[in-house]
Amino acid sequence: MIEVDRLGRTFKVRGTVVHAVRDLSFAVEAGEFVGCLGPNGAGKSTTIKMLTGILAPTSGRLRVAGLDPSRRRMALARMIGVVFGQRTTLWWDLPLKDSFELVRLLYKVDRRVFRRRLDELCSLLELGDFLATPVRQLSLGQRMRGDIAAALLHDPPILVLDEPTIGLDVVSKAGVRDFLRRLNAEHGTTILLTTHDLGDIEQLCRRVMLIDHGRLAFDGTVAGLRAVVPGEASIEEAVTHLYLSSRRSPRTHPHRPAPDPPSVTA
Amino acid sequence: MVRTYLLLVWAWTRAAAQYPVSFALMTVGGFVISGLDVAVIWVIFTNTTSLGGFDLGEVMFLYGTAGLSFALADLLFSNVDRISQHIRAGTFDVMLIRPVSPFVQVATERFVPHRIGRVIQAAAVLAIALNRVDVPLERGWMIPVMVASGTVIFTALWALGGAAQFLLTDAPEVANAFTYGGATLTHYPLSVYGGELVRGVTYVLPLAFVNWQPGLYVLGRDDPFGLPYWLRFLSPAAAAAIALAAFLAWRAGVRRYRSTGS
Ligand SMILES: Nc1ncnc2c1ncn2[C@@H]1O[C@H](COP(=O)(O)OP(=O)(O)O)[C@@H](O)[C@H]1O
Ligand SMILES: [Mg+2]
Repeated sequence: MIEVDRLGRTFKVRGTVVHAVRDLSFAVEAGEFVGCLGPNGAGKSTTIKMLTGILAPTSGRLRVAGLDPSRRRMALARMIGVVFGQRTTLWWDLPLKDSFELVRLLYKVDRRVFRRRLDELCSLLELGDFLATPVRQLSLGQRMRGDIAAALLHDPPILVLDEPTIGLDVVSKAGVRDFLRRLNAEHGTTILLTTHDLGDIEQLCRRVMLIDHGRLAFDGTVAGLRAVVPGEASIEEAVTHLYLSSRRSPRTHPHRPAPDPPSVTA
Repeated sequence: MVRTYLLLVWAWTRAAAQYPVSFALMTVGGFVISGLDVAVIWVIFTNTTSLGGFDLGEVMFLYGTAGLSFALADLLFSNVDRISQHIRAGTFDVMLIRPVSPFVQVATERFVPHRIGRVIQAAAVLAIALNRVDVPLERGWMIPVMVASGTVIFTALWALGGAAQFLLTDAPEVANAFTYGGATLTHYPLSVYGGELVRGVTYVLPLAFVNWQPGLYVLGRDDPFGLPYWLRFLSPAAAAAIALAAFLAWRAGVRRYRSTGS
């Protein structure tokens, strides 16, 4: 579903070159649920933007659903749903249901199919109470659920989420997690999400990737991640260990080979 | 693409229809403000009988055709000059994940139909002008051709300005200088300007093809600058050329787009 091969992206910022992502390689198979961890500025959002065609890479190669994202943006859009936790894809001053209607027009979803999917998403995500509310008046939890529904109205086989649980209270978080878990298990949607919340990883993801300084520092199972430090380590300890070890030697690569082979490889 | 454009325009028009008073006021406002342009022409003609060698009817004809082209482009595509706002707000990211050209999305986003006021005003001036000047039928065919070409030329200017904003996100004003400045320039017969400027808007930025060159043909006038006669028929070609340039610039701009760091 997703193939990334020595992907790199640089930005020129006032004369200096920032390597946001460098030499990133991984693959995601259909039906996987992959979580992506990494400190702030690690390059997670930049990676997501390249996967979704928003940014063109400066080096390397990537394929999503067999397409080169930045060159086949419109074809890709039908295959992929995208959620940004930090910003909405909806229209601030329109009621939620009008936003959905615009999304329907953009994706040319047949009216009857749209009705059916919207009803389904409304009951699963409990949107019924605020469909008529302008997006700017929604709580963060409501807005996030609205955003997730909007990303799925065209029934994409791949869903990519950049920090979907950021800022949510425990109840909203549980609701979002529950929905994503079911979407992956029952509908077979391939899901890739980034997060700072280790709970997301533990409860949802069979596979975890850790990105640091634009590089892949770990790629494997959650159990494999725990095994990075000896003894009965928590996932938190393992992640801290990896962050710190990369800080000590930020230029070597890879910081630490994956202790057990990732479930799939390119 | 045209269908999607129209559907989106219709959706936003319905959204705007929730505020009918504001729509009515803005439409009338556009009509009145652009009406001031005509007032300027009237004032000029109270003191003289010709402007740059053209009488009142002819000047109104040139104004009306250019005004109509500009107003149509303004109504349909001028939202493209908001591109830098979308870039800064991050909404351009969202447009790139949709299966619709971002150009169509920017053009239709928050479309408000009140700019129709200008279209009506320009059409009215053109109608009055056509009453005053005698255009034989065998040259009249050029009028729709020149309005359509002019609309394409102004749209292309907006697209070029939008493309420039991918590089200079802080300077949408630069682009507006060309669109609104260009529109004002075409209000009067080019014979009131110097030869240098006229050559510039003929061979570089093809504003002379909005109304001047085809207008000379419709009005059956000699070119005061003595430029070749066949230029009068070149409006569609000039429009196609600048549209192509705008398309390429826009594509290059989107490709260079670097989003915003979060
Ligand atoms: N549009 C941009 N222009 C300049 N620098 C950027 C841009 N986007 C990201 N960066 C830089 O790239 C690095 C990675 O950023 P990002 O991918 O947003 O990290 P993360 O999402 O993991 O926090 C940071 O150093 C950030 O400042
Ligand atoms: Mg980020």
